[in-house]
Amino acid sequence: MALSGLDIYKLLPKTNCRECGFATCLAFAMQLAKKAVGIDKCPHLTSEVKGKLEAQSQPPIKLITIGSGETRLEIGNENVMFRHEEKFFRPAGIGFIVEDNSTDAEIKTKIEKINELKFERVGQRLEVNLVAIRQNKDAKRFIDVVQLVSVNTPLSLVLMSPDAQALKGALEILKGRNPLIYHATKENLTALTQLAKDYKVPLVAQGDDLEKVSELTAELSKQGVNDLIIETGKKPISEKVWDLTQIRRLALKKSNRGLGYPSLVVVEQNDVYAEAQEAATYITKYAGIVLLKGIESWAVLSLLTLRQNIYTDPQKPLQIEPKLYPIGQVNDKSPVLVTTNFSLSYYTVLGEVEASKIPAYIISIDTEGMSVLTAWAAEKFTPQKINESINKFGVKDAISHKRLVIPGYVAVMSGELQDESGFEIIVGPKEAAGIPSFLKNL
Amino acid sequence: MALQLITEKWSGEVSVVTIGAANQEGGTRSHAVKIGGEKSLPYLFKEGSLPNKPQIAFEILDIMPSDWPNAVSAPYGKTLNDPLEWADKCVRDYQAGILCVRLLGSHPDFGNKSPEEEAQLIKKLLKKVSVPLVILGSGDDAKDNLVLPAISEAAKGERCLIGSAVQDNYKTIVASVLADGHNIIAESPIDINIAKQLNILISDMGLALERIVMNPTIGALGYGLEYAYSIMERSRLAALAGDKTMASPFICFVGQEAWRAKEAKADDLPDQGIIWETLTATALIQAGADLLVMRHPKAVEKVKEYIDNLFRS
Repeated sequence: MALSGLDIYKLLPKTNCRECGFATCLAFAMQLAKKAVGIDKCPHLTSEVKGKLEAQSQPPIKLITIGSGETRLEIGNENVMFRHEEKFFRPAGIGFIVEDNSTDAEIKTKIEKINELKFERVGQRLEVNLVAIRQNKDAKRFIDVVQLVSVNTPLSLVLMSPDAQALKGALEILKGRNPLIYHATKENLTALTQLAKDYKVPLVAQGDDLEKVSELTAELSKQGVNDLIIETGKKPISEKVWDLTQIRRLALKKSNRGLGYPSLVVVEQNDVYAEAQEAATYITKYAGIVLLKGIESWAVLSLLTLRQNIYTDPQKPLQIEPKLYPIGQVNDKSPVLVTTNFSLSYYTVLGEVEASKIPAYIISIDTEGMSVLTAWAAEKFTPQKINESINKFGVKDAISHKRLVIPGYVAVMSGELQDESGFEIIVGPKEAAGIPSFLKNL
Repeated sequence: MALQLITEKWSGEVSVVTIGAANQEGGTRSHAVKIGGEKSLPYLFKEGSLPNKPQIAFEILDIMPSDWPNAVSAPYGKTLNDPLEWADKCVRDYQAGILCVRLLGSHPDFGNKSPEEEAQLIKKLLKKVSVPLVILGSGDDAKDNLVLPAISEAAKGERCLIGSAVQDNYKTIVASVLADGHNIIAESPIDINIAKQLNILISDMGLALERIVMNPTIGALGYGLEYAYSIMERSRLAALAGDKTMASPFICFVGQEAWRAKEAKADDLPDQGIIWETLTATALIQAGADLLVMRHPKAVEKVKEYIDNLFRS
């Protein structure tokens, strides 16, 4: 149970010493309740009180970091069951399994392909996160392959092995890379606990059902291993969805510490479509990490796009800076197309203008990230607003003509915009797909 | 201590809509298709039953499609020229259990076919194939008000699903559907309040809520999918919490949206388009989609397999 500000106040020294930076202990307590400050700001707490407050200040789902440096993956710290309630914060990590019984050449080729799985959509970079190396042979081969993979990819690594000796060897060569160990079970608990502690790396805890896995995480936590990720084994899709849903529910609604960790799923299907569909399901339903076999770029692009969609903030649509964008080798005769600053609108128009190979300006109006029709209905995309932007973004300096192309859906504003701006208004196509032929006939 | 799972107790459920009438029910269809009836959020079988699998309708047009990328038109070949042959191919070659015919050719800009012509086509189509039909107008309100009553009458007693009723244009079509024993599609522009309002307006005219299927208006993967995804989740939560006016099953026009995506137009990589359609469907199924209207036979096949897997325990 979360403590209220007053509950916390009762535990504080009540001396109003101001060493925490707040005027009173009560003010400090209120900020603690909001999780806006850390309890370490108060130097006068007993260790007992500290423990109590620390427990309550922990997020319901622990933040776990895998890897290091720029490519590190951070998952956890989620707050809601449904994205419309707030948002999903940390996009699921997507990773690929490499088998150590493949040849070195095959492994190298696969790693090269994985490294190239980078895309750009609506101004955001879409990237994969992890490479998992799975042991099928002896410890020496596993360690060799870990070495081979680690020097060939900057991505974060997962070590898939039940063999403590093999893992130790791999961890030894991966110092500083902070790999994830997959996975601890009841059987290998002691050995893996020691490794996770010695090398300070995160660990996957696996149990077939939620009860077993929460007992396992409780035991690990008692041993001092707290950077954990949960997995519940191979199951039919809807049972997996049930597990993932329960883990999230119990962590958020019952503050169940044993399940207060991100979860990992392994999806392995020979059919690319079936694998992508199963992975897509878990991306929508709370998975923190999804490991796959297949690396076809068309399948990966679609999964990364889905992840981008699901993790978009529902209250804050993706926006771009409102301004005049020159596309291609523009000159003062180039046409000017008006759109909104909603990323999807802008990038869709941009794509079509580029495809037309006709240099043009796109002027993106500040509609607070609303799309053309929504912004028009909400009066954020009005003749006045467009005219202001024309002046503000120096359209008149950029071009020598006085023509403006507006989206077909807002044809009704032509007259008023013409009066307002003094520009001749040309009504463009309703759908961006019509832009290339429109520009060619302009 | 045993772990206590959290099982939501829902008081509401999604209504069941039956599409198609067989002989004994006064129609000529070989079978009926039932959608809806969920008593839990998507695929949490341990919480409540989901008695009907999501269904997939193949989409066909009454005219040759002009904007279908090569990857999706190729499998149909020459049949695209002939809606009857096209429909037949979907049923014979791809085992379509339900078809969705879009009367785009009645649109003033795309041929302006008369209501009589379209009614004739529907009659022929009902003879050619025996599966239940979803029938859509062209989206031109004025023309739909002429065409939809004509086709509704032509298909009287076949219990089709006809659309679309929109907030500003629903009375004519609701009256026809009511008179001829069909179901209706209520379309709202990604807006939960309008969706609810429209369902109320339609049921106020005397059409039972159990004869309404909601079209929440979807975006494809990468093109606003998340808006529809969340609107559908919110609607479904309201339905399960007992709001009967939000308890209609969803129809999602997956093919139409997915094949407009830039990614789906890569002719040298047909898989890109097919998986775009497939994953758009997958995500919406997880948001509660009941009837998916799709285009590529391979995408349909993959989504069907996925649905079967979801129902396998």
